[in-house]
Amino acid sequence: MSLIPARFILIALPILVAAALLPLGVSGYILGLLTIAYYFAVFSMAWDLLFGFAGEVNFGPTFLIGLGAYGAGILNNRYGLDIPLCLLAGTALAVIGGLALAVPALKLSGPYFGLVTLVAVLLLQNLIVVFSDLTGGEIGLTVPDVISIDADTNYWIALGFMTVSGLILTAISRSPAGLILQAAGQDPVVAGALGFNVAKHKIAAFAVSAAFSGLAGGLIVFYMGTASVGTLIDTSVGVQIIIAAVLGGRRTIVGGALGAVFLIAAGELLRPLGSLSTFVVSAAALAVILFVPTGLLGLASFRRAS
Amino acid sequence: MIGLQILVDGFAISALYALGAMGFTLIFGVSGVLNLSHGALMVTAAVAAWAASAQYGFGSYAGAAIGVVCGLLGALVTYFAVVAPIERSKAIPRAEKEIFILTGTLLWGIMIQQLVAYFYTDNPKTVLPLIEGVVELAGVRTPRNEWFTALVCWVVIALLWAFVNKARAGKVLLAASMNPRGVTLLGHDMGRIYIAVWAIYGLLAGIAGVLLGMFLGVSSYSVGPLTASAFSIVVLGGLGSVTGSLIAAYVVGYLETATAYLVSPAYRVIPALLLLVAVMYLRPQGFLGRR
Repeated sequence: MSLIPARFILIALPILVAAALLPLGVSGYILGLLTIAYYFAVFSMAWDLLFGFAGEVNFGPTFLIGLGAYGAGILNNRYGLDIPLCLLAGTALAVIGGLALAVPALKLSGPYFGLVTLVAVLLLQNLIVVFSDLTGGEIGLTVPDVISIDADTNYWIALGFMTVSGLILTAISRSPAGLILQAAGQDPVVAGALGFNVAKHKIAAFAVSAAFSGLAGGLIVFYMGTASVGTLIDTSVGVQIIIAAVLGGRRTIVGGALGAVFLIAAGELLRPLGSLSTFVVSAAALAVILFVPTGLLGLASFRRAS
Repeated sequence: MIGLQILVDGFAISALYALGAMGFTLIFGVSGVLNLSHGALMVTAAVAAWAASAQYGFGSYAGAAIGVVCGLLGALVTYFAVVAPIERSKAIPRAEKEIFILTGTLLWGIMIQQLVAYFYTDNPKTVLPLIEGVVELAGVRTPRNEWFTALVCWVVIALLWAFVNKARAGKVLLAASMNPRGVTLLGHDMGRIYIAVWAIYGLLAGIAGVLLGMFLGVSSYSVGPLTASAFSIVVLGGLGSVTGSLIAAYVVGYLETATAYLVSPAYRVIPALLLLVAVMYLRPQGFLGRR
């Protein structure tokens, strides 16, 4: 089994080429939306590695994202460090956060661990508000530097970042280590009895997921020029990420990317409905859970297999 | 003086927390379901009571009753529309039911929250209290409604305790939480037991919601924090342990009240969250967990 299946490349390549050519024909507004969607796609794919493969109910993807975003943002805002250094530091901070989550994950089962991740988000949210002179508090943090002011450049960076992240995460999930991770997620006792080091693989999964979440969080800060609790850390943002991954199909990695783009597009199309748009999107996700538990991508691949 | 103030306020808030968490832990104990739409059901009950008494001109007693009934109906709809289909679904592997129920009820809660915000805006709403006036005790003035809240919570908790431990139907529920297979062998239909548990849960969540609406007020934004606080209290006390939840509710309630009075209201929830993390690291089964 190759790490990146040929069929996958055949389908994904034309879509990516079309996406890369979009700036030639679409308005800056749509490009801006898609740029955000691509970063969200990385959040969802990184979350799927933990939820779909390692079987960890992580209600706090935004804890890792927030660490990366605020870590990078504060360094740039306070000490004027270069963007790449800030991103590196933010990613490192997110990985440390991921490892801190991995410790209870090894000891606690499903709902207990889910609560710890939820608490991690709430704590981070509270700490950011409390240390407002460093973080900007509820108003948000502004960074002096941005990656680029050109919408096309930003769009291509986001697209490239999503593509590379998707390739790496897919390869990891299909590698022998990914299979062991999947086994450990479904039945840790049997996986351990077969001689696999469950703890090591889960810790690695947390580190990888955190690295991608944190880096994407940092990049989105330097794209938007601001970081705020409401846009990056609030539990409702985490729920969006979860909905995207579930809609697209869990245990597929790429499903998260499809779900994220679909979600942002749906949010835009349903804008006339006002506050009901979230209702419609949540109802759609619930319907997928009830009737097509494998997600949209899972449905497609199931059809092909049968 | 401030000590007495903390003692009184903390007692009422903790009683409300305990009642809110009681149904949540009951459902988990009997059917193993963690209902993440809990906060949404409480808000539904509170907003229904508010709308009935303030908008549609029902009296405050009728309004409160309508609120509780809405909580009950909401819980039954949650069971039949979300939880039961996932439990019965053949497409979802048994090992993953728990994850699907968590995600499904989470989405369901968001749907309710958005509907409430759509029809009744997301402004905070305070339900008209049933009892007005102020009680003065050794220089500490507290609304009479606060004492009433604590009293109702404790009466309901006592009734629940008596039902589960003394009444025949209640003993079946208790048995179902210990050994579902044994209960089935004795000729009880688990399906009917689940419906009964969800109905009791709905009543408890409805009463807690209406009382919360009278005491502190609710808005559609309270959905997440309410679910999180019930979840934390139940896990802190030990999943499925009713006594544990009671103790945990008082620990969290007093910790929050003391922090708000002595340090700053901005730090209100932080010590409770830190305590929760510490307990998860050191004693994952909670105070009185049976794991």
